[in-house]
Amino acid sequence: MTDPLSRTFLALADPTRRAILAQIADGAQTVSAIVAANGLSQPGISKHLKVLEGAGLIRRERVAKTRPVHLDAAGLQKAAGWIDHYRQHWEGAFDRMDALIDQLKAEEAKNGRQ
Amino acid sequence: MTAPVQLTLDGDTRIIVTRSFTAPPALVFRAHIEPALIRRWMIGPDGWTMPICDCDPRPGGSFRFGWTNGTDTSFHATGEYLEVTPERIIHIERMFLPDPTPDNHVDTRFAADGTGTRMTMVMTLPSPEARAAVIASGMPDGLEDSYARLETILAKA
Repeated sequence: MTDPLSRTFLALADPTRRAILAQIADGAQTVSAIVAANGLSQPGISKHLKVLEGAGLIRRERVAKTRPVHLDAAGLQKAAGWIDHYRQHWEGAFDRMDALIDQLKAEEAKNGRQ
Repeated sequence: MTAPVQLTLDGDTRIIVTRSFTAPPALVFRAHIEPALIRRWMIGPDGWTMPICDCDPRPGGSFRFGWTNGTDTSFHATGEYLEVTPERIIHIERMFLPDPTPDNHVDTRFAADGTGTRMTMVMTLPSPEARAAVIASGMPDGLEDSYARLETILAKA
């Protein structure tokens, strides 16, 4: 899985990683705060953070000795954009089905009168 | 009134698509199993047609759909029906883009809703990666060109 979309969805597929994103949605948090909130080991959390960072969903910057974890909204927007594109594909197909069914109804009505 | 398509990602591997139709379930069902009708709606954006539309809609029957935009004829899908009743179609499908996508288990229900139909389609993929691939595919408009085009658009956004 090398394409960005797959990396993003894979990153979002894990409940712990979703909990981390929810936790930092209102503001950056330190790794130790994230460890404390999720009840996992520091290496475990680090692994999840690495996946989220690789997927472009978080950013970490060095501030003094800490590296607070920030949400990267652009990554989430990208995923939302793909989902909407896929939804629009179905919207188009079902709109065509509506038109088709209208024709079928008209034909049935015509045949019924004969 | 028809309502816009609702698309929900459920759990790690499911996609749920719901849509209301003003037509009764019997007509919506027909649009899913009669080749002459299928090829009029299950097509991509303008310029795409569906020259291959063979299906045997009964348990154990198979289908093969093929699309073209006049130059590219590689995009197709195959699958098998597991259950076919006026209330429910369950089928397995895979798309060839041209590489095959993992099997998608699709459970489509047609429920009467007043004089219309509430259609619910639950797609279950074997893995989160497979679900991502399906979302990325978007049928014919998800082919390489539009994939590249969308990447460009998103990069600018």
